[in-house]
Amino acid sequence: MSFYFAQFLTGLASASSLFLVASGLSIIFGVTRIVNFAHGSFYMLGAFIAYSLVTALPHGPLGFWGGVIISALVVGVIGVVMEILVLRRIYQSPELFQLVATFGVVLLIKDVALWVWGPEDKLGPRAPGFDGAVDIFGSKVPEYDLVVIVLGLVVLAALWLLFNRTRWGALVRAATEDREMLGALGINQALLFTSVFFLGSVLAGLGGALQIPRASVSHHMDLAIIATAFVVVVVGGMGSIVGAFLASVIISELNAFGILVFPEITLVLMFLVMVVVLVIRPWGILGKPEGEAAGEVLEGETLSIMPGRRMRLALLGAFALLLVLPSVVEPFYLLLLSEVFVFALFAASLHFIMGNGGMVSFGHAAYFGLGAYGAAMLLIYGDTGMELAIALAPLAAGLGALIFGYFCVRLSGVYMAMLSLAFAQIVWSVAFQSTELTGGEDGLVGVWPSPWASDRIVYYYLTLVLCAGGILALWRMLYAPFGYTLRAGRDSPLRVEAIGVNLRQHRWFAFVIAGLFAGLAGGLYGFLHGIVEPQAVDIPRSIDALMMVLIGGVQTLIGPLAGAFAFVFLENRLLAFEFWRAIFGLIIIGICVAMPLGIVGSLHRLALRAAAARAS
Amino acid sequence: MAVLSVSGLSKSFGGVHALSDVSFDVEAGELLAMIGPNGAGKSTCFNCINGQLKPDLGSVRFGEHDLVGRSPRQIWRLGVGRTFQITATFGSMTVAENVQMALISHHRRSRALWPLASSLYMERAHELLSAVGMQDQAERRCNVLAYGDLKQVELAVAMAHEPRLLLMDEPTAGMAPTERIELMELTAGIVRERGISVLFTEHDMDVVFANATRIIVLNRGRMVAEGSPADVRNDSMVQEIYLGAGSTFRAQASALEAADA
Amino acid sequence: MLEVKRLHTHYGRAEILSDVSFEVGAGEVAALLGRNGAGKSTTLKSIMRLVRPTSGEVVFDERPIGRLRPYEICRLGLGYVPEERRIFTSLTVGENLAVARRVNREGATVWTLERIFELFPNLAEMREKSARAMSGGEQQMLTVARTLMGSPRAILLDEPSEGLAPVIVEQMARTLKELKDEGVTILLSEQNLHFAGLVADRAIIIEKGRIRYQGKMQEALEDERIRAAYLMV
Repeated sequence: MSFYFAQFLTGLASASSLFLVASGLSIIFGVTRIVNFAHGSFYMLGAFIAYSLVTALPHGPLGFWGGVIISALVVGVIGVVMEILVLRRIYQSPELFQLVATFGVVLLIKDVALWVWGPEDKLGPRAPGFDGAVDIFGSKVPEYDLVVIVLGLVVLAALWLLFNRTRWGALVRAATEDREMLGALGINQALLFTSVFFLGSVLAGLGGALQIPRASVSHHMDLAIIATAFVVVVVGGMGSIVGAFLASVIISELNAFGILVFPEITLVLMFLVMVVVLVIRPWGILGKPEGEAAGEVLEGETLSIMPGRRMRLALLGAFALLLVLPSVVEPFYLLLLSEVFVFALFAASLHFIMGNGGMVSFGHAAYFGLGAYGAAMLLIYGDTGMELAIALAPLAAGLGALIFGYFCVRLSGVYMAMLSLAFAQIVWSVAFQSTELTGGEDGLVGVWPSPWASDRIVYYYLTLVLCAGGILALWRMLYAPFGYTLRAGRDSPLRVEAIGVNLRQHRWFAFVIAGLFAGLAGGLYGFLHGIVEPQAVDIPRSIDALMMVLIGGVQTLIGPLAGAFAFVFLENRLLAFEFWRAIFGLIIIGICVAMPLGIVGSLHRLALRAAAARAS
Repeated sequence: MAVLSVSGLSKSFGGVHALSDVSFDVEAGELLAMIGPNGAGKSTCFNCINGQLKPDLGSVRFGEHDLVGRSPRQIWRLGVGRTFQITATFGSMTVAENVQMALISHHRRSRALWPLASSLYMERAHELLSAVGMQDQAERRCNVLAYGDLKQVELAVAMAHEPRLLLMDEPTAGMAPTERIELMELTAGIVRERGISVLFTEHDMDVVFANATRIIVLNRGRMVAEGSPADVRNDSMVQEIYLGAGSTFRAQASALEAADA
Repeated sequence: MLEVKRLHTHYGRAEILSDVSFEVGAGEVAALLGRNGAGKSTTLKSIMRLVRPTSGEVVFDERPIGRLRPYEICRLGLGYVPEERRIFTSLTVGENLAVARRVNREGATVWTLERIFELFPNLAEMREKSARAMSGGEQQMLTVARTLMGSPRAILLDEPSEGLAPVIVEQMARTLKELKDEGVTILLSEQNLHFAGLVADRAIIIEKGRIRYQGKMQEALEDERIRAAYLMV
């Protein structure tokens, strides 16, 4: 009994720290509508900075708590700098661009942290005065855990008062609804946004800083916490502080007790809770329903028009060029190009549901990963050979999409995106944790093509033909009644239901189709490198797909292809640098700020403008 | 014979009676207007008929079918068309494609993966567009169209599956006064020609008095008056709860002037 | 009081406003009349800088405001009531008003909560209620009251009668007359000629983004030629 109570308190302490991070994320999202991936990085920075300050300042309560508070404030300032330098320029851009830009910040901060603090984990000092343990019902509970629990409750009360009893709080809630109107009523919204960003970032920093006596400070803290924080925010209800608190407690207690019962699948457990909650309450425990949002329609015209004769000839020419390329270029480039084909198909499958259907997925890597693992496991355990493994890979992914999609299409907008991320994380956790089946962190090795295809040139042609075929099939469907119906559902869900279409069912089919093709890409990818690792399905891989689609231009047909090409070659060039992530992050941020329509979309608009200038 | 027969319709939200015991018929070929103050229950009544809401009590008979408990999609398939207060069209598609989409769905081809959507049911789409006078703009995209034109596109879309009843929620909202009258006259002409019945809500009394064959008035969830436009206009209770002194719309103002003179 | 000079506004490549110029005198109620899509809302939004004009200048109280942002324009004493109401539904009625409260500048009428509630008695009773629970007419009154909380010297009203029952429209007309008596300058866009006739001193007629007529409201109403050409009622 007493052991369980102690375990409960440990869970509560974790909940407190999780709540600090998640509430900050929720506040920022509520007002600015930005899904801030860098929020986890702020949490990590809070921990690193607190570690440095507390070890540098004189030992004692003042040094410890002073260090914690200063680091929270410093992180707040970093958040403000990011808001002013990056986000302020792209508030008018589509939400997804903002998200990708914040992911650029994640990469940047990751390398900065590596550069400043080195690659090793840091063990923080204990909190002076609270370094012992209290005896509660015969079990030892760390005093510091109790302090953290109390602090969490204090912050909850303070935030509640701030939002419900002050004019600033009313302003923030009003801004959540209609920022432009607030501006017309004399409120300087730039200042309001910046103050919100400051508060949110301080909370993330504080959450990180308070962790140093409890756990070692590592470079994996950023993405580990952000996925959990997303779950908390979505389960609690976007923008609800009390909801974030409740969800933090639920998730943390689930972890605290889940680890006793199912140590293997604690991560999966958390995401399952999210699935259950969202199916019962699509807007989270305390969230408010948002109106049936039409899918995000981004500017650009080409998707609505079938490719013309010139475009078709150009594509045919490009294909012919790719066919003769092996006799001209070095084998190394063939490998790189094969990778481009695979990613182009992967991106095109995401584009199918996102650009055309208005369904945003933050977890498209799930289907890529299911295809890759499916093929690898068929080859290794089923001994099917490469041909059958690749043929069945889409089915493995399609089956996943059938199940996950069933839940995802019940939601819309950012909730759908978060749920898709949760599903991808489930796949990732299984890949990562069930070592005997998937090889865990090391992955499955020996995934090599059949002898006839093992030559790099042959495999190049194989990927070229299969990927081009897949992309063409996806394109054809875009202009078939099914693709049109999806686009109609994106333009006006209300109208499409009013002409007798079961939109949810069509979206579900679309999810499955996209999953099938992503799975094909994943299957081909495994054989390209001979290994399938959890990276095939992690968050960065999902973001990769989003970036390829967005960088290319979401409303253009060839955008995903251009995006995949740019992405693969850029990454390859950058890998030579020590701090390639930082450079990559800066490039991503630059593109988001400079080309809100993506490469192809921006070129297209330039061409339109030039044509208009000539005409007039 | 009544096309639509509503009887004893009631609906409450958290103890508030949005609709209590409302009964009326829509006769074949008539344009029945439903008017009343904001919050009178017009939207609730509409949504109970089109399947967006399930009434607590009462029945909605459409021909031999009871519409209560059916989804908006099923009701559409039975032959009930809809237009919205704020136009809802597919902005990235052309005018013709908007109508083609409705035809594709009507013919249950929306899951087809191979044929090119823009070449399906083209003739029929153009036929419908010429009926509403939009054939010249068939190839323009809806997101560049003027608001009044969008209303006409909606009308063509609503007719695609040859409905017997058209539900129009504030069909002229957001339009200029003259356009309003024109749109309702166009609608009246089409429905007369094709034998369609119309139930519409409307705030513009000029439109109502010029086009409705009959009017029902709701207030606080109850039906308080029913009759010809002239009857309703002269009903003192309707004037008190809804029409006011009539200084802000033409039909009533001129009626008052005539009375003064 | 308010001077609009050669305003041009584009949405994408389409020109919505073309060389729009007019003035509204202090204490005057001017109605911007025209058909749907004529450019009425865009004119008001361009003055408020909620959309960015391509060229032209707006002078408010002898101060050019063409480079300012919406919140700065509001703080100079120019209020804006949007067409779609846009009240904050997650706030209470009282909070909706509190959010818009601004300490007045010199020369502005001071609008305290008490005075607002005198003008809109229903709002006083609903003070603690969620704004979501209000009817359309009450919401429209709240948007006007909310803008008044900024103690503006002039307000822009976008289609105040749209979508309201005739009785509420009459009530709105009375409210606007009271505001005029308080010395508030009003520029409203309107399609309902009868309503405009009840409240406005002056008519400004806009068609296809161009100003076609400026003059006394009464004269515009009586001139059959103008009515036929631009308003067609």
